[in-house]
Amino acid sequence: MGAGDDSARFKDLGHRMMCTCGCGQVLLECNHVGCQSSDKMRDQLQAALDKGNNDDLILQGFVQEYGPTVIAAPTATGFNRVAWIMPFVALALGITFVVYVVRAWKNRPEPALADGIAIPRGNEHDLDEFRQRARKETDL
Amino acid sequence: MSQIGSFALLLALGLSAYSFLAGFLALFRKDAASARLGETARRAGIATFAAVLLAGIVLVVAAFHDDFSIAYIFHHSNRDLPAAYKFAVLWSGQEGSLLFWSLLLAGYGFVLRLRYKTDQRLFAYASVIIAAVQVFFLLILNFAAHPFAIMQGALPADGTGLNPLLQYPEMVIHPPMLYLGYVGFTVPFAFALGALIMKYPGEKWIQITRRWTMVTWCFLTIGVFLGAHWAYAVLGWGGYWGWDPVENASLMPWLTGTAFLHSVMMQEKRGMLKVWNMSLIFATFLLSMLGTFLTRSGVISSVHAFAQSSIGTWFLVFIVLTLGVCSFFLVANRSHLKSEHKLESLVSRESSFLFNNLLLLVVCFTILWGTFFPILSEFVQGHKVTVGPPFFNRVAIPVALLLLLLTAVGPLLAWRKTSVESLKRNFLFPALGSLAIGGMMILFGVRPWEDPSYFYATMAAVLSALVIFTVISEFLRGGRVIAGKSQQNLLSAMIHLCHRNTRRYGGYIVHFGVALVVIGILGTPFNKEVEKEMGFGDKINIGTYTLVCQSYTQDDNPNYANEWAIINVFRGGKQITTMYPERRFYKASGQPQTLPRIYPSFREDLFLVTDVYLVYEGKNETTGRPIIKAHLNPLVPWIWIGLIIMVFGTIVALVPNAAAVQVAATTPVRAPAQVGAGD
Repeated sequence: MGAGDDSARFKDLGHRMMCTCGCGQVLLECNHVGCQSSDKMRDQLQAALDKGNNDDLILQGFVQEYGPTVIAAPTATGFNRVAWIMPFVALALGITFVVYVVRAWKNRPEPALADGIAIPRGNEHDLDEFRQRARKETDL
Repeated sequence: MSQIGSFALLLALGLSAYSFLAGFLALFRKDAASARLGETARRAGIATFAAVLLAGIVLVVAAFHDDFSIAYIFHHSNRDLPAAYKFAVLWSGQEGSLLFWSLLLAGYGFVLRLRYKTDQRLFAYASVIIAAVQVFFLLILNFAAHPFAIMQGALPADGTGLNPLLQYPEMVIHPPMLYLGYVGFTVPFAFALGALIMKYPGEKWIQITRRWTMVTWCFLTIGVFLGAHWAYAVLGWGGYWGWDPVENASLMPWLTGTAFLHSVMMQEKRGMLKVWNMSLIFATFLLSMLGTFLTRSGVISSVHAFAQSSIGTWFLVFIVLTLGVCSFFLVANRSHLKSEHKLESLVSRESSFLFNNLLLLVVCFTILWGTFFPILSEFVQGHKVTVGPPFFNRVAIPVALLLLLLTAVGPLLAWRKTSVESLKRNFLFPALGSLAIGGMMILFGVRPWEDPSYFYATMAAVLSALVIFTVISEFLRGGRVIAGKSQQNLLSAMIHLCHRNTRRYGGYIVHFGVALVVIGILGTPFNKEVEKEMGFGDKINIGTYTLVCQSYTQDDNPNYANEWAIINVFRGGKQITTMYPERRFYKASGQPQTLPRIYPSFREDLFLVTDVYLVYEGKNETTGRPIIKAHLNPLVPWIWIGLIIMVFGTIVALVPNAAAVQVAATTPVRAPAQVGAGD
């Protein structure tokens, strides 16, 4: 594994963890003046990479030392999966609902044409009314 | 001074309570005296503004007079604070910002009550609802977060100063803009709820509130973007959006407000989505309140959050109460909100609005979900998890890209039904143009298959180009029709076109601005950064730039001491600028603060503009040399240019239409697709 790979992994892993100083920033983006946490954590990350540990092992090591909040996003395990799934469930439900609504509206009977009422034959007055409506709806 | 302020607040509470109660009684009493009672309520509402304004003025005057007997002034100001920031003291702390919120609300109420003749009954309902919200804020100000509370013990000689993060020119305008947005949504909310309670016939309430809503949305947009720019220019981490809960809180009402601005057109034009629009404006108002709850309650940790306090409970009770009232009337009066028309085709403007609303709400839900998931996780698993930028980027970006696709396609669809031929004709040029942009990106070395972030960047570029080409083609097509009929040149014809339907073409300009914002964001995966300790003459090479440390020095003034580096920036062997990244130490608060310096380089290629962003990270204590972090952030300036265009588009949309062109009765009505697909 070359230096370039390690550098990319450092950047990737550093963006998957939070600084623990309370700044609420991603580890590699914490720039608190004199922040003790981020400097120490960066050194630890670099040391773990130098040892040749894999990504999971490195992240586990940080979780053991700093607690689960050190990971910047919920892991795809246990209840944390719900965090990832819910937005897509909402999207799927939303699409289903919109398609249902569109179909229901499409099949709805035209309210202006009730049974038994004959459609009047167009004269100039009627056409003016339709033109007004068309302009309103199309903004011509 | 504090007695005057306290009295003004108490008076304002009494007046707004009277405005609410008398207005409420006047609405439901049928006798002759009800009109006079209603008028007294309206005048009490107007007087509330005067009283709250007096309280606000007193607080600002106290800041300028260094009246440290008032605890709020002691905690948020000091003698050497520059004048502009003393003015900003009004919204720099919890109590002051609540007073500012109340003042803006009273101001909106003042304007509304002066314009009551437009529709007296509807305005009376809206006035009562605004008075109710006003009472809530004034109750907090009088009993839970008093801005004129007196310092205990000996009078301090100086204050503890304003938070250094807030001592930046944008902080003088960012909070007012954001608050004008948050508070402004109370007006369409009040009209919507009023219209629902009184079963207001027709869509006139939407027409009355259209400008209020757009102005409010514009303020919120400016506020959100100024917040992002402030984070970029002050926090010094090289980014502008960190998905912090408080940032999220400002984005959520913006998303639902944007959805409302789109879907409300369906109600105006087709009499559809009435329940939906009501729900959206209720949600927007409640999300504005939720943002304030997040900031004040301390339930979610945030870099922006004020100290934990009891007023979070007040907001929670208010939100639940408002939700209950809105839900009750939505259910009780649902028969009043039946749609008047049917949908004729899936390929229509109506469907595109529905999907646009869906995607905006899914993004909003994702943000809400991510913001509150740590609390849910603690409840279920017994420990908190962090939901940070990786989550939001991974989940919200794909949905946002779909939204961008709809932004491009939506304007090409006609109301009711769009023929495949017209869609093909209108879509061909923008689609080919955007695909060409994608091809060029690959040609210039972007490999979307190598990394998800490159894939998203390429997709965002293609879709932004699609939006831009769609907007251009719509202007060109309409302009050509007018130019052909009126013998004007194309530019004049397009301006004429815009003036004939300001709302539609203003909206297109806003879409254009949104596409530019996305272009600004898509540069993120290509950011570079280098950190180095720099002595005299030391160099950093980053991208095509060479940064040379000319010197480093320090200074001192009554407000702060500072140290900075002098960095010359070269490109192609030629010096293009000198930058001064700085670190300050504020004396009153005893807090340090870095101030990055940003140089947007337009010189060689306007489109590929790049920010050179330098941060003075600190000083090596052993060598005494500055540690400089240099970022190269491509395309970021397009975000701020996009904002300006979005604001310009909103202003265009607010301009009244020129007189409608009279179509002779004998002129056959043309197919909509020939001059554009409609609003």
